[in-house]
Amino acid sequence: MTREAPQEDHDNPPQPGTSDPAKPRRRGLARRHLILGGGAAGLGALAGAATLLPGRASDGGAPPSDMAAGQAGEPHGTGTVPFFGARQAGIDTDAQAHGNFVALELRPELPRERVGALLRLLTDDAARLTQGLGALADTEAELAASPARLTVTFGFGPGLVDLVDPAQRPPWLMPLPAFGIDRLRPEFSGGDLLLQICSDDPLTVAHAQRMLLKDARSFATVKWVQQGFRRAYGTERPGTTMRNLFGQVDGTSNPVPSSEGHEEVVWGAGSHPAWVENGTSLVIRRIEMNLDTWDELDRSGRDASVGRRMDNGAPLTGTDEFDEPDFQVLNTVGFPAIEDFSHMRRARPEDPSQRIFRRAYNYDGAPAAGQISGSGLIFASYQSDVARQFTPIQQRLDELDMLNQWTVPIGSAVFAIPPGCEEGGFIGEHLFA
Amino acid sequence: MNRKIRTTFISLAAATALALAGCGAYDEGRAADQASSSDAATALVANETWVKAVDSGMTGAFGTIKNPTSQDITVTGASSPVSKTAELHETVMGTDGSMKMQAKQGGFTVPAHGELVLEPGAGHIMLMGLTKPVVAGEEIALELEMDNGRTLSFTAQAKDFSGANESYADIDGADMDHGSMDHGTESDAPAEHK
Repeated sequence: MTREAPQEDHDNPPQPGTSDPAKPRRRGLARRHLILGGGAAGLGALAGAATLLPGRASDGGAPPSDMAAGQAGEPHGTGTVPFFGARQAGIDTDAQAHGNFVALELRPELPRERVGALLRLLTDDAARLTQGLGALADTEAELAASPARLTVTFGFGPGLVDLVDPAQRPPWLMPLPAFGIDRLRPEFSGGDLLLQICSDDPLTVAHAQRMLLKDARSFATVKWVQQGFRRAYGTERPGTTMRNLFGQVDGTSNPVPSSEGHEEVVWGAGSHPAWVENGTSLVIRRIEMNLDTWDELDRSGRDASVGRRMDNGAPLTGTDEFDEPDFQVLNTVGFPAIEDFSHMRRARPEDPSQRIFRRAYNYDGAPAAGQISGSGLIFASYQSDVARQFTPIQQRLDELDMLNQWTVPIGSAVFAIPPGCEEGGFIGEHLFA
Repeated sequence: MNRKIRTTFISLAAATALALAGCGAYDEGRAADQASSSDAATALVANETWVKAVDSGMTGAFGTIKNPTSQDITVTGASSPVSKTAELHETVMGTDGSMKMQAKQGGFTVPAHGELVLEPGAGHIMLMGLTKPVVAGEEIALELEMDNGRTLSFTAQAKDFSGANESYADIDGADMDHGSMDHGTESDAPAEHK
């Protein structure tokens, strides 16, 4: 463990006033489990190391159940998320560190039945790869051996559903209405078939993507790929709200899988069901973030643009990230403490049905010529009904949102997410029924 | 490469990690389905089975054949409805040092409690004189004949694959490869026409 020791000291300098002789040993144990342990023992140690990681101390760090899939003492790369089931994985799955979004365009004149063959092939690949097995004819099967919670989630664009069974196309499965703030580029928009490939390990993501695209090449061409990332596995406590590249705490009010409301927001309810039972929808917006003009804004201006404190994400009327904002509170000169133009005020619906579940990833591409930043957000939003839940929020933000000064939507795509499948079946089989 | 072949066909108890990686619970279920049409007494089980997609000519079929019985079983022949003939092939080093395919004399023996791994660059089932294109995503029916007079029927998924391009050592027109990946070229004539 000599390689770890200096790193440990660097990350966790001794705290003044903590002279507990047991502490160094405990810290070492926790650290080892962070690196080696995905299992129950490792997570127990993780919870015991609450003071050592930034994040929500009050949350208790309850890990998502699928993180316990690794064996105690095994590297966390052995962790798996079940592939087969009523719903596709990768939505209610606690967001992995890396996510690639790949949109395919079906080849012209592709017959309907060939879409079924494609989905069977890709389902088989995903079922094996997510469980740490090489795909059939996998020339680099060793790269599949550490899935690190790999999930592959399939989404269908309008073109695919229309080809297979237009009668099943949900009315919202079409490009979003044009917004005034949009500067959409075709290379980040649309698509017939989406592959959302997420894992805590980027090498695993790359291999899975390569394998899936090898098997899709006779049927479809790549329309776009968006590569995203969050904090690396183990950097922060599970359940910590992510930060985007503006530095903002991003997604505090998100109905995460463990929260009340998530089920209805993502999977629908009796009065407003999803397009198919255990299905949902995914909107992917590529949001360019202008870090250079954002740099011109001081801290108070940044706080005001969102209505939350940059340091801990608390609303400007509260002290803790999860305090409810109070839009009635006025500041000393009589203006609302949370401005009417702030992102939070504008995004928050009066109608409680207008809620979405975000599973976003940062991107940080190469700067364009003469620039120094190429950053942004892959805003991935799940909801049972795009028109009822997503579009009204986006319309409000289009009309007025202080953040629009520094953000530009440059890509947009809408996909219907089909249900999961059981072993022997394939994703999308209900369209062929 | 010689060492690889020995590992695959002779020292089967020490099968490579690659082969073992394919033996998860998911595959067992699939294998059971695939083998369900054959008599349980034959006991050979095929899984991980796939075929290289090609437009015409010939192609290779690959997979793992397990023998859970306590007696050696030799695979003596193969057939498929998509090809006029099928042969059991091995890959050996030719006199010029390059790898060549040739018919496996006497067939492949699957040792008791062992397995036979058929993979590109090693042993495989050669489908010759394809009667139709083998298209990615199709399930291709295959049947193996055994020395005990029984047969094993299973299907193999057709996959686009860039490898498996070894040429022949002992067939007229020795430069002939497994089917080309160049879709749309119809120049590959069936083997018996060359």
